[in-house]
Amino acid sequence: MSIKQISVFLENKPGKLNEMTGVLADNNVDMRALSLAETKDFGIARMIVDDVYTAMNVLKDNGFVASLTSVLAFAIPDEPGGLNKLLKLFTEENVNLEYMYAFLGGKDSEHAYMIFRVSDTKAAEAKLAAKGVRSLSQEEISAI
Amino acid sequence: MEHYYQPEIECASREEIIAIQNEKLVRQVRHVWDNVPYYRKKMEEKGVTPDDIKSIDDLHKLPFLSKTDLREAYPYGLLGKPLKDCVRIQSTSGTTGKRVVAFYTQHDIDLWEECCARAIMAAGGTNEDVVQVSYGYGLFTGGPGLNGGSHKVGSLTIPTSSGNTERQIMFIMDLSATILCCTPSYAAYLGEKMKEMGLGPDDIPLKAGIFGAEAWSEEMRHDIEKTLGIKAYDIYGLTELSGPGVSFECSEQRGMHINEDHFIAEIIDPETEEVLPDGTQGELVFTSIDKEAFPMMRYRTRDICTLTREKCSCGRTHVRMAKPKGRSDDMLIIRGVNVFPSQIETVLLKHGYAANYQIIVDRVNNTDTLDVNVEMTPEMFTDNIGEIEAMQKALVEGLKSMLGIKAKVTLVAPKTITRSEGKAVRVIDRRKI
Repeated sequence: MSIKQISVFLENKPGKLNEMTGVLADNNVDMRALSLAETKDFGIARMIVDDVYTAMNVLKDNGFVASLTSVLAFAIPDEPGGLNKLLKLFTEENVNLEYMYAFLGGKDSEHAYMIFRVSDTKAAEAKLAAKGVRSLSQEEISAI
Repeated sequence: MEHYYQPEIECASREEIIAIQNEKLVRQVRHVWDNVPYYRKKMEEKGVTPDDIKSIDDLHKLPFLSKTDLREAYPYGLLGKPLKDCVRIQSTSGTTGKRVVAFYTQHDIDLWEECCARAIMAAGGTNEDVVQVSYGYGLFTGGPGLNGGSHKVGSLTIPTSSGNTERQIMFIMDLSATILCCTPSYAAYLGEKMKEMGLGPDDIPLKAGIFGAEAWSEEMRHDIEKTLGIKAYDIYGLTELSGPGVSFECSEQRGMHINEDHFIAEIIDPETEEVLPDGTQGELVFTSIDKEAFPMMRYRTRDICTLTREKCSCGRTHVRMAKPKGRSDDMLIIRGVNVFPSQIETVLLKHGYAANYQIIVDRVNNTDTLDVNVEMTPEMFTDNIGEIEAMQKALVEGLKSMLGIKAKVTLVAPKTITRSEGKAVRVIDRRKI
């Protein structure tokens, strides 16, 4: 199951990220993971939140350009070699990664969580599932 | 079916038009000679008297008037009638130097409103229509001109003036406005606001729009037509000559018919001041031949365009002018290259951006810089930085091939470029020269 990542366009100026987090805070949206990609003039905030619907609505209402992207989330054992094992599978299955980011924790301290944006989400999901590696569902992510 | 306000004039034969122009020009030159000492002096300096002007073939003998003359003669120097005969003034925004203050007798108001009535009917308007005038009212000619024209047509007129966009949309919906008159940038803004309110082109009763008072591109026209579900007509005018309605578009949408029974148009070479043949690009010059209070003789508009007398399918016979590339006042000289904001707009819209942009010109280390800020749109946004950068690069290249110089493109967040309710502020020139 792929999950929804929210991507937000931000000007590369002081206070812009804070404006966005302010909107999310005011509306009780909890972020599970956040990653920022930046260029000289603008950046893209990519995040996984507990309530995608509310987050998208409040961001749009407040004038942000935001879009939804399907990404794959995996729980991996928080131990040396955990990520390496997963990426090895990606290589074997010839899955092309566009970007990825990680987050630790939540209630479960045994696992780290990885978010992957791949070129073809559906195909990647199927290939990995065939190898017995299951990506997390939206509900599972929200529950972390 | 094509509608005309005054078919006998609008569709008159070339001979009839020339006969009207000859008669009116001779009379006008006499009127100006007798009543406007400022222009009489110019004629005397050129060695021309009213006796030298027997027909429009003699027009080229007359001296030009320019914005500088208007400034020098401010406020009463070009007045052709005693103030007691004048009933109105209108004025320009005065963004480029001193305001132009134009005077009108009742006759002048009537002819101006007739011109606007012709424009409304050319856009399909009749007395069955509801015309919402969202141009500013007051000193600006947009509101009063179209308001008067709409009255002449007999349309129900909603004088909303500019501003309060949600109320504008409410009036359009509740009172079934069929024709909208405003600046093109405000029409685009209305469309944007409608989208926000969840309204599409099929939800509103508008069928046509008459948009003018600023330069706009063909691409912007398509955008507005799509968003509002209307046919968008261009209208042209200057306060100096009366206001909107000096020329207007018909259903053909290929150039604006100049009201030749009131205004004679010429195209000149702006450098040599030589009159150029039809079809050649040059500066547009107008002579008003029917105005009493504020007669303009060979007034140099600084608008760059072409004229065509090719037959028009709408049946009107009056000469057509192409959409001006922009006032030469709007023209920027950047690193020695002439740049019109409308050229930048054309490229932006071609690349899928909205017409919300700002051009910032500055001088850094004695070199001009050109920055174009354009708003990111939800349609174009993706989570992939590479794709956005590629789009940005394509735009930079598009601008380079259109303008011949390099511009820096900055993508900014939506709604961060201030919306205008009247004329949009597209250019910020920070150069201190």
